[in-house]
Amino acid sequence: MSKHVHTEKCSAMLGDLSEYIDGSLHAEICAQIEEHMKTCDNCRVVVNTLRKTVELYEHCSDDVELPGEVKERLFAKLELKDFLIKADTSK
Amino acid sequence: MSEKEDSGFLVALQSGDRQAFAKLVEDTSTQIYRTARQILGDEQDAEDVLQETYMKALKALPTFEGRSSISTWLHRIAVNEALMMIRKRKTPMVSVDDNMPFDSDEESSGMEIVDFCCLPEKELLTSESRQFMDQAIQRLPETLKTVFVLRDLEGLSIQETVDVMQITENNVKTRLLRARLRLRQELAGYYAEKVEKEKSK
Ligand SMILES: [Zn+2]
Repeated sequence: MSKHVHTEKCSAMLGDLSEYIDGSLHAEICAQIEEHMKTCDNCRVVVNTLRKTVELYEHCSDDVELPGEVKERLFAKLELKDFLIKADTSK
Repeated sequence: MSEKEDSGFLVALQSGDRQAFAKLVEDTSTQIYRTARQILGDEQDAEDVLQETYMKALKALPTFEGRSSISTWLHRIAVNEALMMIRKRKTPMVSVDDNMPFDSDEESSGMEIVDFCCLPEKELLTSESRQFMDQAIQRLPETLKTVFVLRDLEGLSIQETVDVMQITENNVKTRLLRARLRLRQELAGYYAEKVEKEKSK
């Protein structure tokens, strides 16, 4: 496992990476980052794994559902029981 | 999240229409529960925050000014409740000043270079690794965690996150970057062994 041997250029782009992977970074700075990644394997791995990290988390967050009994207790607490739409399929 | 709220619905809500309120709870409670659950890392606490959020919302609705969407507003109540709960917990939180300017030298030192992108999806998302991902979020200081949960897990925009957190856009962006880098580092450490195995195949 190798550690990041970073140059000034690597450090300089780190602050922009979040916006880079979100696609909200100025085109000129994007081009600089892409140029740097051509010659720096470490930064390429950092960028790719950073993007992957966000993707993995996004993917997993969809799975968290509101448990049926939690929902029932919420509606009871709010005195909304009459409006509770029961899920047809009980999970 | 960004659906335009029709003013009729808002008027109904604000005038105490129970059915409208039930619809609001129906439509938003999963997101609110998820947000609280991720920030607190505990289901019971998340349920308490969930109930408290809508109790408070019910009371505050007549004064809701509509400067942000209702969903953003609910997130703000929930996040405040969750943070208050964290502060009340016995264990003192490590206080980190996360509004400090981003220091790229500090952040890049000791960075793990493990290219785990190459791992097959089923290796990346085993139930064990999902558990690790959950725990990694809980290890973030709450200032970073909250921004990460809102932006990357709940899919709020930067501006919506600004509205919920009531901090500057720059602070949101810096915290988000820090949170992402820390989680990336954690995952790189976690997947390192699997990447080695995959290579030697
Ligand atoms: Zn580099």
